[in-house]
Amino acid sequence: MSPATEAYRCPGCGYTYLTAQGAPHEGFAPGTPWSAIPENWACPDCAVREKPDFIAIPNSAQVVPGTP
Amino acid sequence: MSLQALSADGHTVTYTDRRRWLWSLSLAWPLMPVAACWLAVSSGQPAWFWATLVVWYVAVPVLDHLLPMDASNPPQEVMEQLDAERYYRVLTYLTVPIHYFTLLYTAYVVGTQNLPWHALLGLALSVGVVNGLAINTGHELGHKNTKLERWLAKIVLAVVGYGHFFIEHNRGHHVDVATPQDPASAKMGQSIYGFACSEIPGAIRRAWASEKTRLARCGKGPWTLANEVLQPLLITLVLYAGLLYALGWVIVPFLFLQAFWGWFGILTSANYIEHYGLLRQKLENGRYERCQPHHSWNSNHVMSNVILFNLQRHSDHHAFPMRRYQSLCSFQKLPELPSGYPLMFGIALIPPLWFALMDPRVVAWADGDMTKLNVLPAMRDQLVRRYARDRAATA
Ligand SMILES: [Zn+2]
Repeated sequence: MSPATEAYRCPGCGYTYLTAQGAPHEGFAPGTPWSAIPENWACPDCAVREKPDFIAIPNSAQVVPGTP
Repeated sequence: MSLQALSADGHTVTYTDRRRWLWSLSLAWPLMPVAACWLAVSSGQPAWFWATLVVWYVAVPVLDHLLPMDASNPPQEVMEQLDAERYYRVLTYLTVPIHYFTLLYTAYVVGTQNLPWHALLGLALSVGVVNGLAINTGHELGHKNTKLERWLAKIVLAVVGYGHFFIEHNRGHHVDVATPQDPASAKMGQSIYGFACSEIPGAIRRAWASEKTRLARCGKGPWTLANEVLQPLLITLVLYAGLLYALGWVIVPFLFLQAFWGWFGILTSANYIEHYGLLRQKLENGRYERCQPHHSWNSNHVMSNVILFNLQRHSDHHAFPMRRYQSLCSFQKLPELPSGYPLMFGIALIPPLWFALMDPRVVAWADGDMTKLNVLPAMRDQLVRRYARDRAATA
């Protein structure tokens, strides 16, 4: 899996961080790898869970970014 | 109007929201000071200027205790449909211009009617209560992830000069809730006045720091129109400067008092009572346990929940901050406030009464283990001694 297809989902609300998409409003340009996200970064939608709580999603090429 | 869905075992589940039409009263609450002005001027009775305060601090608590508590929840099967119903969210949108109308109208009355000081005081505090409700609407809207709702949140918060709440509440309070790090979670033994001295400046400082960090990642400094603390602040400055220009200096004490009561009388008061004394435990890895339902105080009193968009179902709000007000749930065995928010706000203003009412509940929550509580450090020894003695006496 290339870093460009990484996907991590917030277990609280379902927000999904896709490397290819980044999170521009949060200051993470498209292509920002998950490893570059600070450990204390909270989910931008719910803020209940933080980076270490996010769950890696396999086969993330088909994942739709944002919140389902 | 009823909702239908299939349950897991193939039954049809039908749900009718008994509060559906009650929620439309949300459009009327912000107009209370306007109605009061009209009644005061047409009857020549300045006592009417205090009517909104009587409704909030007396009538709502009385109704809260007369009406049966409502702990009912929508069935799981229809939750998604209920959350998606447009009717409920449109009500929150419509309250936004009403809050502006109320501020402009009451300011006009103050600027043109030469009111005696007691009428001005009553009206300013009334508008403060209603603008506290504006913060509550901003809270409901600010938790959503659509562009429209996030902008409406900033706009309605700007009416009372509290736009930074949009940032700090979501990215600060919800992350650090029920820990000593959160200036918006009250410690046992802390009076509301001491709490306000750290909560109000803390919210401004933390909102600014949070935006500064975010903007730095975007390659910008904090002094930009992209700063979401500055955006609503600019709206407030234009609004208040316009009122000052149109109506003159007589408007200054009114604007100051209504903002003060919206900030302190409603928002700080809500923060004070929502997590008083409750503490999340630290885990071995140095992080705090995640926020659980037992880390918030709740109330199922009907009248105050209808006025506050179900904010008093606070545990569910912290579990699912994006859940819309109509679908917030109540659970059994949660920390319960003895009354709805309006009366608890009033009690909080008298610290000895607040401590007498709430401290035993907080201690019972921790089963008497004071190390499991968020206690004001300066008060810890004294409170530990007092409650050890009380428990020995009743054992
Ligand atoms: Zn989330």
